[in-house]
Amino acid sequence: MTDFLNAIVLFANFVFLPGVAYGAQLALGALGVTLVFGILRFANFAHGDLMAFGTMITILVTWWLQSMGIGFGPLPTALLALPIGILGAIALSLGTDRMIFRFYRVKRSATIVIVMASVGVMFIYNGIVRMIIGPNDQRFADGERFLITVREFRDLTGLDEGLAVRLPVVITVVVAAIVVTALFLFLQRSRTGKAMRAYSDNEDLALLSGINPDRVVAVTWIIAASLATIAGVLYGLDKSFRPFVYFQLLLPIFAAAIVGGIGQPIGAVAGGFIVAFSEVMLTYAYRRFFEYFGFEPDGLMQLLSTEYKFAISFVILVLVLLIRPTGIFKGRVL
Amino acid sequence: MSQRMRIVVLYGIMAALLLVVGVFQSWNLAITIINLCLISAIMALGVNIQWGYAGIFNVGIMGFAALGGLAAVVVSMPPVMGAWEVGGAGIGMAFLMLVGTVAAVYFVRRHTTGNTRFWATIATSIVGYFVIRYFYDPAVDAIESFDAARTGYLGGLGLPIIFSWIVGGVFAAAAAWLIGKIALGLRADYLAIATLGISEIIIAILKNEEWLTRGVKNVSGLPRPVAYESGLQQADWFLNLSAWLGANPVIFSTLYVRLSYAILFAIVLIIIMWLAERALNSPWGRMMRAIRDNRDAAEAMGKDVKGRHLQVFILGSAVVGVAGAMLTTLDGQLTPGQYNPLRFTFLIWVMVIVGGSGNNWGAVLGGFLIWFLWVEAEPVGAWLMNQLTMPLGPGSGLRAHLLDAAPYMRPLLMGVILLLVLRFAPKGLIPESGGSPPTAAKKAAVET
Repeated sequence: MTDFLNAIVLFANFVFLPGVAYGAQLALGALGVTLVFGILRFANFAHGDLMAFGTMITILVTWWLQSMGIGFGPLPTALLALPIGILGAIALSLGTDRMIFRFYRVKRSATIVIVMASVGVMFIYNGIVRMIIGPNDQRFADGERFLITVREFRDLTGLDEGLAVRLPVVITVVVAAIVVTALFLFLQRSRTGKAMRAYSDNEDLALLSGINPDRVVAVTWIIAASLATIAGVLYGLDKSFRPFVYFQLLLPIFAAAIVGGIGQPIGAVAGGFIVAFSEVMLTYAYRRFFEYFGFEPDGLMQLLSTEYKFAISFVILVLVLLIRPTGIFKGRVL
Repeated sequence: MSQRMRIVVLYGIMAALLLVVGVFQSWNLAITIINLCLISAIMALGVNIQWGYAGIFNVGIMGFAALGGLAAVVVSMPPVMGAWEVGGAGIGMAFLMLVGTVAAVYFVRRHTTGNTRFWATIATSIVGYFVIRYFYDPAVDAIESFDAARTGYLGGLGLPIIFSWIVGGVFAAAAAWLIGKIALGLRADYLAIATLGISEIIIAILKNEEWLTRGVKNVSGLPRPVAYESGLQQADWFLNLSAWLGANPVIFSTLYVRLSYAILFAIVLIIIMWLAERALNSPWGRMMRAIRDNRDAAEAMGKDVKGRHLQVFILGSAVVGVAGAMLTTLDGQLTPGQYNPLRFTFLIWVMVIVGGSGNNWGAVLGGFLIWFLWVEAEPVGAWLMNQLTMPLGPGSGLRAHLLDAAPYMRPLLMGVILLLVLRFAPKGLIPESGGSPPTAAKKAAVET
């Protein structure tokens, strides 16, 4: 019995909790991608670098706050700085839309041209972020690190395995839950939210019924930039901030959005968790887990080495596209 | 200005830019830039074959270039016999099992239907996976621990490296066939995301499969297709030649080596360019453009759109693979860590768009021009930053930071160029010639 409990705790510590946190971060990112896709109808390649930009602003403000001696008690100071990061990302997104994407939207250019423009935007964000903060790893998490440490958990339960509940994980889950609930309420209840959904369903009909497209687009960018910044800051608190890693997050985020059904917010959330858990579960070494069940495996019992986590996003993506191109929640086919 | 005049003038300007570098910076630098310009031009041709001829948006260029690099190692390095003895059989068995699994999955899929088919496929794949791992894991361990500091991999075939340029094309073509089979049916955005993923996977493989590539330990000291400086400096004929030219033999030997590379690369570029132009102006090329401009109409005329797309995807990727092998040959080492999508995928795209999609002359010009700007953006950016921040004084922290940041002017500059061209000159510097004006917008308008 203890062995079984130990195995469960081990699993929770190394697979479940990291999976939940990563899933929530991906879900927030995928929500942004899926909204931009639903309303503006293109896959935004600059999303990863937008995340990096918002996070960068947050980090800079965090450093400034820290130097002023302002903290947030046990919580990381970055949460105080987050609103300013969000504002920065919103300003950047709206500026980009005004200067670049609007031109193609008004002209009704083909999707692929807008996607290419987003690649150009990605280059620019990329350069800006690296010029300001540099390409290296930045850690900016402060405050308490653990809600429950391994030792406390062991003393509490008397088990051999410990469950460390890290504060960034808890913050991620709480913040993501609040943000997603707020977003859904906004989309379902508010006038603007309804207008956005109508616009996403059928642009022409929405225009006919008097919805102001400029307003819808602006609100979409505001939401996407906010979500991107929140996702980026949470990911950075949980792991660390590095511009290139944020660019690479693009792939799992796209995978999450497509798995859930593109243009479907609920699908983006589900997709985020599916991708995150597939990654964590397939790259975890199960050796100790099996030892508690009396097996003595030779190897690490790892299905895939960690470096192949991109392959997992990719395989999920391809399977969905082949088996059910609309995604789980019947999104749009690109 | 006629199209021909335009080409002559723009190529002339490009040549003048390179001359300026030669005269004011150094000839060594100029020829180094030219070498990479030639390789970039070939990559840009490959992308142009996919995008310009057929409107396929492939964002996985980096992966195909890296496969070319792998070919350079596999062809040219001497085999590590000890590693083959301890692990060759295991790798061979694992490969056989992989083939067996694929065959079994194929067999199962042919003889089942519906839900059974789905589960049977998954079950067969999982069983196959564990069988492969059973042979693969011990073999890999054995190979990687064989003299790990110096080898730890299987080595290659020990053939002249120049063959790897062809093999690189073949590797890339094989990968493209596999990817194309899976992903080419998708619409443009999905294909872009899928190819982006594939390229990341290929890089992950190169980084992690140490038995094949030594991973991040890198394979260095690849044999060269041209002479070595040290050999030249001792050869009588070379000393005589440099004395006759009045050049320092040490400096002249580097120049000589780089020049030999440039000549080899130029020959490859000319061959590929000739083939690409022939293809573009043949009935096949007209059919490709017809498919690109109006897919449905072409299909109604009985053209096999999917088959043609697969064909052109394979051809374009093979050209990129050739260029990738050439690049690794020039570097003399395979460094899987150096592949990064900004440099190896998106930069090539900027070349094609700026040069003029659909026009091979444009793609080649774009390859030269953009590589030139990419290289020169750094010193110019650093100089500019230095001048601009002069008033801050030498002790300023901000100034030091800004000077450090100068290299990242590059992606910024590329982004600005791409956006400016897309917006104000979507046809590029040398527009596609021929009947319908194929702006990128019009090209893709048909797809949506």
